[in-house]
Amino acid sequence: MPTVSMTVNGQAVSGEVEDRTLLVEFIRENLNLTGTHVGCDTSQCGACVVHVNGDSMKSCTMLAMQANGAEVTTIEGLAQGGEMHPMQQAFHDNHGLQCGFCTPGMLMSAIDLVAKNPDPDETTIREQLEGNICRCTGYHNIVKAVQQAAKTMGG
Amino acid sequence: MYNFNFQSASSLDDAAAKLAAAEDGTVIAGGQTLLPVLKQRLANPSDVVDLSGIADLKGIKAGADSVTIGAMVTHAEVAGSSDVPAALRAVAEGIGDPQVRNRGTLGGSVANNDPAADYPAALLGLGATITTNQRDIAADDFFTGLFETALNDGEIIKSVTFPNATKAAYAKFPNPASRYAMVGVFVAQAADGVRVAVTGATECAHRGPKLEAALSGNWSADALDGISIPPEHLNSDIHASAEYRAHLVVVMAKRAVAAAG
Ligand SMILES: Cc1cc2nc3c(=O)[nH]c(=O)nc-3n(C[C@H](O)[C@H](O)[C@H](O)COP(=O)(O)OP(=O)(O)OC[C@H]3O[C@@H](n4cnc5c(N)ncnc54)[C@H](O)[C@@H]3O)c2cc1C
Repeated sequence: MPTVSMTVNGQAVSGEVEDRTLLVEFIRENLNLTGTHVGCDTSQCGACVVHVNGDSMKSCTMLAMQANGAEVTTIEGLAQGGEMHPMQQAFHDNHGLQCGFCTPGMLMSAIDLVAKNPDPDETTIREQLEGNICRCTGYHNIVKAVQQAAKTMGG
Repeated sequence: MYNFNFQSASSLDDAAAKLAAAEDGTVIAGGQTLLPVLKQRLANPSDVVDLSGIADLKGIKAGADSVTIGAMVTHAEVAGSSDVPAALRAVAEGIGDPQVRNRGTLGGSVANNDPAADYPAALLGLGATITTNQRDIAADDFFTGLFETALNDGEIIKSVTFPNATKAAYAKFPNPASRYAMVGVFVAQAADGVRVAVTGATECAHRGPKLEAALSGNWSADALDGISIPPEHLNSDIHASAEYRAHLVVVMAKRAVAAAG
């Protein structure tokens, strides 16, 4: 079995995987970082989104071997020193979640969105969250949360 | 997913050699189509050869009258590049969602030739040339059928060269769930005249000779008013009937001409 090595949330990690092991399986099963969720497993729902070398990607549609040598950030890597990331705080403040299942992927996509569009309008937010499906909130409070976070992240 | 032997290629020659040595090898680019296919066990390759380490397949080069885009350039990179004409940037920006655009590549989309894919329409509409590790292939000769292309076994796309057009635009009616094109139409005033390419309507993207003839005399949406597309050979599925797609072809062509100005 091949060995894969990468940096996850700032820590160098490596492990034995099958060639076919998905990145999300490596994250959840080898590293026990179960905050990254598998919703659909068919590249549609975005619950598994993580950052790979700074860009948001669906970790269910990537082999662990394709992330060999990469810098990966998961939901567990957002809070720093016990302080929530501004995007997490904004979801909390705006009730941007109900059941919470889509939330890790939603946050990872939203952070990438704001990094690339520092002052997004509502249309941009809705378009750029196209790859994340939430069945609870109707997206309304998620959009509000991203708008709030964009202000705090920029400032 | 059945297991396979994952290999990284360091150069085009290395990738070709690894494919040739494999019992039943395939290349992987962004994996946004291949991995879903493998998960469904629709394919069972012995070897999967990763192209991401090949420097030759990366980068966007603007020439005097064309732009050449490497096969491994992602949709997000095309969408964000000031070297790429606006109509082509818009095609890339309209593919799937941001996470798919961050991994999916030009070469993967072109090689896959999905009947509802966006890039094939842009390649046909601009009269692009596909450069492989073996030869150059004109877009007009490349897309041969349902998920079928002119690529030989083991042939790898290196880059695609898009000639500049005087005017060009793409209009897509996305399937609201998948974002793939129900119908997409790319129109261009190209060096060799008016070109119109339609995707989503039939087994693969194709030129629209009737639409081209009408627009050659009169480059305006009105020129397409009387045209009707026969629905006989058009795709029909739970998303849209053949008649509806036939209607959409003309509507999207008009929108594209209006957008091109
Ligand atoms: C949720 C979702 C939504 C999508 N929406 C759209 C959409 O709206 N419009 C659209 O057009 N597409 C859409 N796609 C498809 C997307 O554009 C894919 O990225 C693309 O079709 C394949 O590119 P890839 O780099 O991921 O290729 P891969 O999946 O890695 O490969 C696809 C095929 O091409 C072959 N291949 C790859 N690179 C080369 C090469 N250089 N030379 C020869 N063969 C090669 C592989 O062997 C494989 O058979 C969507 C995909 C997903 C998952």
